[in-house]
Amino acid sequence: MYAGPVQGLIDELGRLPGVGPKSAQRIAFHLLKLSKEDAQRLSAAINEVKERVSFCRRCFNVAEVAAEGDGDALCELCGDARRDATVVCVVEEPRDIVAVEKTQEFSGRYHVLQGAINPIEGVGPDQLRVRELLSRIEGEGITEVILCTNPNIEGEATAMYLARLLSPLGVKTTRIASGLPVGGDLEYADELTLGRALSGRREVEG
Amino acid sequence: MSPSRLYRDQGVVLRTIRLGEADRIVTLVTPGHGKVRAVAKGVRKTKSRFGSRLEPISHVNLLMYEGRELDIVTQAETLDHFRTIREDLDRMGRAQSLLEAVDQVAQERELSARLYSMLVGALRSLAARDAPLLMGAFFWKLLSSEGAHPLLDHCATCGAPEDLVAFDLVEGGALCRACRRGVPVTPEALALLRRVLGGGLAAALEEPAGPVVAEVEQLATRSLEHHLERRLRTLHVLDRSR
Repeated sequence: MYAGPVQGLIDELGRLPGVGPKSAQRIAFHLLKLSKEDAQRLSAAINEVKERVSFCRRCFNVAEVAAEGDGDALCELCGDARRDATVVCVVEEPRDIVAVEKTQEFSGRYHVLQGAINPIEGVGPDQLRVRELLSRIEGEGITEVILCTNPNIEGEATAMYLARLLSPLGVKTTRIASGLPVGGDLEYADELTLGRALSGRREVEG
Repeated sequence: MSPSRLYRDQGVVLRTIRLGEADRIVTLVTPGHGKVRAVAKGVRKTKSRFGSRLEPISHVNLLMYEGRELDIVTQAETLDHFRTIREDLDRMGRAQSLLEAVDQVAQERELSARLYSMLVGALRSLAARDAPLLMGAFFWKLLSSEGAHPLLDHCATCGAPEDLVAFDLVEGGALCRACRRGVPVTPEALALLRRVLGGGLAAALEEPAGPVVAEVEQLATRSLEHHLERRLRTLHVLDRSR
């Protein structure tokens, strides 16, 4: 429809998640209007991320590759000697690590499964980094595994599946609590969440 | 928003897929509107007023706004969240297989009160007790309600009433020794199958786990997959994880 390179750009942008043909067209024309420096900065950023970022060899978080050709990177968190190596927090995606880190409540290490069990989509444990987690338990002297997958059906199934695998290994396995979001109203809480908040209640020290 | 396009119904959530930043498209089976696909806005945010209500397996009362392709969920109220199913990996796997089978069988916007009530009944039964035969029995009932009721009393080819030793998925029934084709089947499995489809379901569900129950379930899965012309993904993913 448009001159070759412009159409090429629209097609590429249209492959991004959540970007339809109209949005792709809009973004492409915005990029056309940009100054050359701005456009090059964007393309350099994309190139850099592809060249310098890979998955951490230990926890599968995103990690910066120190030198070229070094595929065995360790992420910042795994490389930090101050973190507690005996507790590992299992999450679905690297962005979940960011969410947990923001709480400043956790100082152990992580393990990214890179997904969750989703039988309807055909995603089973074999497609996840489950085997790698099991080998870490024995190899790194881990004493507690925190199952921090999403509290939806896929995340719950993944947590239950992992709990079943981990129990014979004698490692303490915990699941993050479910409850009400701070600042929310009780009357809007759904029954399952409120039910879990009640069963997981704790004593208040006066 | 004209009031005529708002409607109320009940539904069981069959599956959800992510949409955009914080929304999901929820597929539901309802008695009054058949299989419905609707957008649940903001449902992935932690402060969403829907919370767990629109997760798969949930049985809900709904207020929906009818759209051209996708409806919009405006309110959802829990009828049953089946907590015992959600907290048991095996039951959850079986429940997901029931949901997948219903999702495959149900047609969008086609009335399916029977399908809906069968699913609700099966989920209630699964929540109360993890009967080994439940999934197999449900698949058979589903096939029967789809018009694929198997022939069990006579040979599907020659009509002979005795010596039925095989089950043919293509013919959809048992075959005698002379006509045999397809899968071998034991007389015990045929007898159990007759009970499931012949009004003895409640008693048949009391059957303990064993080779006969396994046979009926396997035959149910193969028949349903043959009928749907596709594999049931949930079964094979969870099989491997056991």
